Amino acid sequence: MVNTTIHLAGLTLDNPIIPASGTFGYGREFAELYDIRCLGSFSIKGTTKDPRFGNPTPRIAECPNGMINAVGLQNPGIEKVISEELPNIQKIFGKPVVANIGGFSLEEYVYCAEKMDACDNVGILEVNISCPNVHGGGMGFGTTAESAASVTEAVKKVTTKPVFVKLTPNVTDIVSIAKAVEAAGADGISMINTLVGMRIDLKRKKPVIANTTGGFSGPAILPVALAQVYRVYDAVQIPIIGMGGISSAEDVIEMMLAGAAAVQIGAANLVNPYICRDIVAALPEVMQKYGITNLEECTGGAHR
Amino acid sequence: MRQSIFSIETNENIAKDVYRMTLSGDTSDITAPGQFVNIQLDGFYLRRPISVCDWGDGKLTLIYKILGRGTQAMSRYSAGAKLDILTGLGNGFDVEKAGNNPVLAGGGVGVPPMYGLAKRLRAMGKNVTVVMGFASKEDVFYEEELAALGCTVRVATVDGSYGTKGFVTDLMDSAYSYSYACGPIPMLKAVYDKLDCSGEYSFEERMGCGFGACMGCSCKTKYGSLRICKDGPVLEKEIIVW
Repeated sequence: MVNTTIHLAGLTLDNPIIPASGTFGYGREFAELYDIRCLGSFSIKGTTKDPRFGNPTPRIAECPNGMINAVGLQNPGIEKVISEELPNIQKIFGKPVVANIGGFSLEEYVYCAEKMDACDNVGILEVNISCPNVHGGGMGFGTTAESAASVTEAVKKVTTKPVFVKLTPNVTDIVSIAKAVEAAGADGISMINTLVGMRIDLKRKKPVIANTTGGFSGPAILPVALAQVYRVYDAVQIPIIGMGGISSAEDVIEMMLAGAAAVQIGAANLVNPYICRDIVAALPEVMQKYGITNLEECTGGAHR
Repeated sequence: MRQSIFSIETNENIAKDVYRMTLSGDTSDITAPGQFVNIQLDGFYLRRPISVCDWGDGKLTLIYKILGRGTQAMSRYSAGAKLDILTGLGNGFDVEKAGNNPVLAGGGVGVPPMYGLAKRLRAMGKNVTVVMGFASKEDVFYEEELAALGCTVRVATVDGSYGTKGFVTDLMDSAYSYSYACGPIPMLKAVYDKLDCSGEYSFEERMGCGFGACMGCSCKTKYGSLRICKDGPVLEKEIIVW
């Protein structure tokens, strides 16, 4: 028998598989397809203080082994998420979720963190300071150590939930930012958000994405994510939720060996809506194949 | 929605850059004309959303135009090849709203879903008029197939090389009970402005998932934002914001 249980910032997850924010909505579409209670947890669609339509369309472009999105944090606003989505998540999922919050000012992050703090089925607060698709906020907070630390500190003051700060890879030195959020009190790090990318339509000779650029994700970015998680693992003591291009049980183990305590799966959900269920099911056999009995012990294995 | 494997039976060129693919597989999740399927192609990351032309008894007919590398690759698949397809996507047209003499307007590759719709409306005994618009004579397809269903069929080409010179709106002459339309946005808008009757209009947008998860294809309506893939692609005339 193999053990897939993961301990993460005081929570016990049945397995490390967590669908990533923005690729799983609030769980509704997937709960129609399979019993999502098989998942370790899931990260809800990035939620902001006010409702947002997001960016103009087209918001999606294809790439070799990946895709670009520029949705721009479309969401119904935190009030509706708390009154409608979180209660429904309790019904269809029943386990603690990762509440992903975004903002355009320090005050907005604090507002959302305070509101989410009062929700029983929020297990982890994931603070998105790395959205590449919104102006005047989002990634702006995640690109310097000082601003990343200031958001972390402000959020930590108003919540007792574990705070994971979601970092962008679109920086010169992600390690210094990871260290800064750890020093500011973060309980963990989620990484990596999407890489800034673009495609150009040859017929129109214009960017495919209406917002010009977007966030590049999918299997193509797995090596980038692995390298960044590997470096950050060496530099911090707090746990890392690793993500970026994971599409199989083998990828999950690879990400954990790089240093991740749990993983998120993003773009793959959009191509194969059953992928997370399938990865959970495949994990025991793949673990056995590689002589792993306790999955948790894989974390950071490539460093030893 | 269902994910299943289909087997290609035929894949043939029927007009300039336009192909008809017939497949066999589980069509039980397709519940209305105007729905679409999302197809995984070898070597491409995202699936290709293609409208359903016709379906039934484990048979699926798709008509698509080569517009990019994905549809180019799709045109090279041969009989016997297997495809991973998500079926039963989108809301589709509501045949119950048709009234006695509905008009169906199709522009270019907006025509295929009109075939499946016309077939079901004819089976209900409706007096169906189909108006179709194409760029040129070499682009025209499915005129005979729609006539064989017992529809009144009219064709317009922009350059006048076939049928009436002009647009689908030039082919509309009487009062209709209801309208169904699928085609480029300018065509949909022209039909919307021309007709007094209510109707349903099918839209397209670049999609990520095709089943409502990613918010990649959102559009604004009079009653808030909707997802083209899950809440659409068919929108009631009354809620459309141009």
